[in-house]
Amino acid sequence: MTTAAADARVRDSGDPMVPRRYAITRVREDTRDTFTLLLDPVNGETLTFRAGQFTMLHAFGVGEVPISISGDPRGVDSDGNPAPLEHTIRNVGAVTRALVNAAPGTEVGVRGPFGTSWNAADAVGGDVVFVTGGIGLAPLRPAILDVLNERERYGKVLLLYGSRTPGDILYGSEMRRWDDLNDVNVQMTVDNAPYGYKGKVGFVTELITRAGFDPRQAFAFVCGPEGMMRAAASALTGRGVPASRIRLSMERSMKCGIGLCGHCQLRELFICVDGPVLSYARLEPLMKVREL
Amino acid sequence: MDDIRILTPTDLGTLIVELRTSGFRVMGPTRRGDAIVTAQIRSVSDLPQGVGDTQEPAEYRLHDRDDGAYFGFAAPAQSTKPVFFPAEEVVWRGRRDHERGGHFTVERDTVDAAPIALLGVRSCDLRAVQIHDQVLSARHFRDAHYTARRDGTVVIAVACSHPAATCFCASLGTGPRPAAIDPQTGQPSYDLLLTEVIDDAGHRFVAEIGTDAGRELADAVEAAKGTETDRAKAIEITDAAAARQTRAIDRDNVHGVLKASAESTRWEDVASRCLACTNCTMVCPTCFCTTVSDVSDLAGESAERHRVWDSCFSADFSYIHGGPTRESTTARYRQWITHKLSSWQDQFGMLGCVGCGRCIAWCPAGIDITEEAAALGRMSVLGSPASAAMT
Amino acid sequence: MTDAAIETATRPKLAVWKFASCDGCQLSLLNCEDELLSIAEAVHIAYFPEATRAVVEGPYELSLVEGSITTPEDVRRIHEIRAQSGTLVTIGACATAGGIQALRNWADVEEYRSIVYAHPEYLSTLDTSTPIASHVDVDYELRGCPVDKGQLVEVLAAFLGGRKPRIPTYSVCVECKLKGNVCVPIASGQPCLGPVTQAGCGALCPSYGRGCYGCFGPQDSANTDSLTRQLTELGMNSDDIVRVYRTFNAGAPEFSAASEAVAVASSTVPAGGES
Repeated sequence: MTTAAADARVRDSGDPMVPRRYAITRVREDTRDTFTLLLDPVNGETLTFRAGQFTMLHAFGVGEVPISISGDPRGVDSDGNPAPLEHTIRNVGAVTRALVNAAPGTEVGVRGPFGTSWNAADAVGGDVVFVTGGIGLAPLRPAILDVLNERERYGKVLLLYGSRTPGDILYGSEMRRWDDLNDVNVQMTVDNAPYGYKGKVGFVTELITRAGFDPRQAFAFVCGPEGMMRAAASALTGRGVPASRIRLSMERSMKCGIGLCGHCQLRELFICVDGPVLSYARLEPLMKVREL
Repeated sequence: MDDIRILTPTDLGTLIVELRTSGFRVMGPTRRGDAIVTAQIRSVSDLPQGVGDTQEPAEYRLHDRDDGAYFGFAAPAQSTKPVFFPAEEVVWRGRRDHERGGHFTVERDTVDAAPIALLGVRSCDLRAVQIHDQVLSARHFRDAHYTARRDGTVVIAVACSHPAATCFCASLGTGPRPAAIDPQTGQPSYDLLLTEVIDDAGHRFVAEIGTDAGRELADAVEAAKGTETDRAKAIEITDAAAARQTRAIDRDNVHGVLKASAESTRWEDVASRCLACTNCTMVCPTCFCTTVSDVSDLAGESAERHRVWDSCFSADFSYIHGGPTRESTTARYRQWITHKLSSWQDQFGMLGCVGCGRCIAWCPAGIDITEEAAALGRMSVLGSPASAAMT
Repeated sequence: MTDAAIETATRPKLAVWKFASCDGCQLSLLNCEDELLSIAEAVHIAYFPEATRAVVEGPYELSLVEGSITTPEDVRRIHEIRAQSGTLVTIGACATAGGIQALRNWADVEEYRSIVYAHPEYLSTLDTSTPIASHVDVDYELRGCPVDKGQLVEVLAAFLGGRKPRIPTYSVCVECKLKGNVCVPIASGQPCLGPVTQAGCGALCPSYGRGCYGCFGPQDSANTDSLTRQLTELGMNSDDIVRVYRTFNAGAPEFSAASEAVAVASSTVPAGGES
């Protein structure tokens, strides 16, 4: 039902190739190179989206990039007021630089939302394992919020998070809050740490092998660089989680977001409409072939 | 519809006048320099009468014909693809208002053009239009401009009587005679189907009626009644054209062969020949990949978004932060042929190749899609890539 | 300061530098008649000897560099220019590949120096002509002999807009097909370097029915081995093939290697023999 309703809203959103105007209300600096953009619609209501979907964000005169939405799919803040549209982006190119350096009030273009959802509700009744690294937490956050929103319907909830260095940890205080208040088992590891760092050092896949969950009735949601996702999915299936209960979010070049431009193809898949969230059962054979 | 008409060459001229008078922009084959291209046809004299072609891998040549045929050639240099799906078009135009901070407005570009009459479109290219209809206009998201341009198209197809050495439509069931019905939509493929006949009885076109609109056109030019004998003659011509084709693709097995060939050693072989120049994709009547290009002025006040043909053979095509996902030409050729002959089937329920042979003729290195598909087939039957490589 | 002076001071400073070259690329900038006024409004042209004698001290936000490095003095000067430039863009085949003068890379400089000059002892020159990027970091390269006006304006617009310039690195064939050109080598048998050459010129020569001369240098995935086979098939002999690779971009690594491969193959194959 959720799916159909959301799809209907997408259809109603007008021409999918024309950006709608949003004003930047705030740019929050999360880490030294990662920022969260808070946007309010210039005309009309903010878009509704499902966890895992992305938009095409447009900096006028500079260009457009696909960015996963990182906000709460309920679209309201804790007081029930319409929440701004959230995107967490890394400052790595001309468009993202223009977006994070824009002054509050600057208008940006938004197309979408596009793509498939994590559909975290499929995990109801079992344990939920979120595996992610670096900025990969941003596309997963809406799914985590979906689960926490109905925390009692799930078994154990684990968040296994890896980052390059302690300084690159995203949403650190929020993760501690989830751990403290929402009965989420948050485990963090970093690839490299300065001398004296008290936390765990190593790759996130190492956390999977020892994490306490019941693989036979668990659902795993994985988001990160492709190599990390391949390793994580392999570790998860190694623990006995069926491939059909592991979902990954894929990244490919995207120009249109609506399955027309052809850039995002992974053999028969259009990642922008068949994905970005896909079952590992579907992806496993495709991820085995280099440069597919 | 068992309604056969006979058009004389004079009737063909009248037909063009009739279409233009009715407000259609008539697009068809015409000679431009060293090639036959698809362009606007203003009168029958624009058609390449008395021009024939020969096509071989990496070679295309025109020659004079002595029979005065209007359609005595195979696939033109470019298909009808640009008619509905131009190489570059504006998606929207925007302006920034500096007075009001970061405010900007965008306006969708709209298509406001006369309906198209495709005259002399070949079976392969007509099938390609049907395929584009599925890709660009029948899924959840549509290409708005393509859909608008396709609205009200009239199709006067001409069955192919002179296939080139590069043609292989017969093996794919996409020609040389077009199917009367589009298998995907159940709608008629053409309004009129002409077969050009030149024999002792004279120079004429056997017309088969596809729609009421086609019948009205035939009535309007006062085309004479034909008989089943005339239709038999037309079929004889396309049967002979099919029989003359020397290249083929194994339609029944090619989907599976490509799917099983991801790790074939053949890719290195073809990549050593492939120029990664993109020509095959640019002349392919079904290739639909595009990119967007944002154009802005020096002051940064106005900007336009353009939709431009793109190609999976360019490095930039698959670029994401960190580098292209298909770095090697090996991977790019594999992507292209696998998409055409296999994954297209999974995506759209049909193959993405119509057998027009353009990718063979217009490849500067003469790479032959039928040969590559056959080689992959042989190698996959042989078993492991290692054993295949030793043969 | 006057209002005009303040205004000038806030505009980014543009400098145009010349090394071994014919000035043709600088002239392309002056040829931007339609855009020249907007350019002059958007940037402060601080150093451009081809256009004005006025010199404004650096540093410069944007430097356009024409020409190749052929003397020890060039080497010193380009490092100085790099040091006082924010964004540095090389313009033209000389600056990006060493230009036609890179033919000296295959010749004995000592020998022709003694033949050409009455007093070669006053001459200080290098044995090679090399691109700017062989000596200092370059932010963007504009290819071509000369550069394309449209690309020059694009690089300025991108610089002013704080974005990456759209400089395609795919082949000339893309531009030919987008324009609706009929392929020259396929339809008329003329040799064409288009398949291995980078786009950007708008497929200028093929649009007039001539094969591409490769003045924009190698495309990002150039397969010269395959093109060499095609040129041979179209009837070119080895000397001619060496020559087409050794023109404006003789020093570009891909074209240089392609020419050497042909030269080596033709010198090691005895007439009528096997390789």
